[in-house]
Amino acid sequence: MSAFAATFTDAVSLLVTFDHRVAEIVGLSLRVSGAAVVLGALIGLPLGACLAVARFPGKSVLTVLVNGLMGLPSVVVGVVVYLFLSRSGPLGEFGLLYTPPAMVVAQTLLVVPLMAAIARQVVDDAWQRYEEELRMLRFSWWRSVTTLLHDCRHSLLVALLAGLGRAMSEVGAVMIVGGNIDRATRVMTTAIALETSKGDLALAIALGIVLIFLILALNALAFGLRHWAIRRFG
Amino acid sequence: MHIDDAILPLRIRGLSYRPNGRAVLAGLELELGIEGITLVLGANGSGKTMLLRAICGLIEPSAGRIEWGPAGEGGRPRAGVMMLFQHPMMLRSSVLDNVALGLRPLGVPAPERRRRAMAMLERIGLADRAGDSARQLSGGEQQRLALARAWLTGPRLLLLDEPTASLDPSATAEVERIVREIRTDGTRIVMVTHNLGQATRLGDDVIFMAAGRVCEHTPVQRFFSRPQSEEARLFIQGELPWHMRF
Ligand SMILES: Nc1ncnc2c1ncn2[C@@H]1O[C@H](COP(=O)(O)OP(=O)(O)OP(=O)(O)O)[C@@H](O)[C@H]1O
Ligand SMILES: [Mg+2]
Repeated sequence: MSAFAATFTDAVSLLVTFDHRVAEIVGLSLRVSGAAVVLGALIGLPLGACLAVARFPGKSVLTVLVNGLMGLPSVVVGVVVYLFLSRSGPLGEFGLLYTPPAMVVAQTLLVVPLMAAIARQVVDDAWQRYEEELRMLRFSWWRSVTTLLHDCRHSLLVALLAGLGRAMSEVGAVMIVGGNIDRATRVMTTAIALETSKGDLALAIALGIVLIFLILALNALAFGLRHWAIRRFG
Repeated sequence: MHIDDAILPLRIRGLSYRPNGRAVLAGLELELGIEGITLVLGANGSGKTMLLRAICGLIEPSAGRIEWGPAGEGGRPRAGVMMLFQHPMMLRSSVLDNVALGLRPLGVPAPERRRRAMAMLERIGLADRAGDSARQLSGGEQQRLALARAWLTGPRLLLLDEPTASLDPSATAEVERIVREIRTDGTRIVMVTHNLGQATRLGDDVIFMAAGRVCEHTPVQRFFSRPQSEEARLFIQGELPWHMRF
């Protein structure tokens, strides 16, 4: 009991003293996952919206595929990206393996289907309701896509926050393509896994607290945003 | 102001629409002259909304054709036809942005769009609400907004689907005032309503629909004083039996 309490106290003191190791790891996590979410949104949101609005053969197949890819195991994405980036792989010459950009690529691939699936659902609902009126107003399909994305912006921002949560708490992909190198590619989840196995539970718990706090904060933000948007725009 | 003046008169010949085997429009014949307000009456399900949707090309007819203008050109409607839906689209943005929406595809630059939309809001009496969220307007205000949006695109032919269905008497009067003004502006209007009083107040002529056909097309006064068909007579008396409706 006392050992447990001591570990916990150590963890808290790491946090209140703003330990530089903790700060460094948390900072890298936020940068990598933040970049992945921005890239993922730039690709996923228009993709999902196009999937809702455009008509083309194979549309339902692609829709099922995107929805299915939402549950993609992160280790699988990690392996695939690893194969592409490893020395003998097609993109090996760029030397990206075991660098933060590789981690951004892997997490982007994880986030894109999530963003696309949510955007497709949200935009499709709006499209069902507004299709005839938009056609009546002679909106081209691309103008309809951008108009509906803008109209659903609050729901989509919530999707963005969900994506950030998924990226930050993911461990498999960053472990494989980042390699968990100290002061280079170590992020919160990989550090927690490593420190726990090494027996440095204080650092693991400190990082765990930060991670949980961040996830809760994201959810609170999403919740607040929804309410604000409903009150402001109806 | 008008994009295309050559779409009227409009002739509809043998127009049918059978989405699932059942004829929703059944060989409909109709001629619309170049000006005035035509009111469309008829029981629920008689095909009034479908007729409007067919005219603006939102449904693909199973048979028949629509001929546009003096030359009687066939095919899809060109620019200049606008329809107002019973539950108009309200985007999550300001009243002003919603009104200006229809000018975007016309390539009008943004400041000009805002200027024209603002002038339109003045005209329909919503100028003080310009910055409010469109979704927070009342039903009657939303109808007026949608009417303003359609009007701003300068349609030659404007189709209105029950624009006063859920409005109180003064909101109804307000919409009717705007409709008259749009007509005076030179726009041909076809308006569906269940309000017989409205038909006499607004209409130049009346189309009475039953079972996907135009049963009668006559001047308003004649329709109410001497209806030609048994269906119309019963409809006016509020006694149209179910089996004669569809
Ligand atoms: N997509 C569809 N497929 C099959 N039938 C349809 C479809 N849409 C409408 N209908 C049918 O077409 C008929 C005419 O519908 P319409 O909406 O034109 O009636 P309406 O005259 O506008 O009635 P109301 O006064 O209730 O608005 C109805 O019986 C309706 O059930
Ligand atoms: Mg109707």
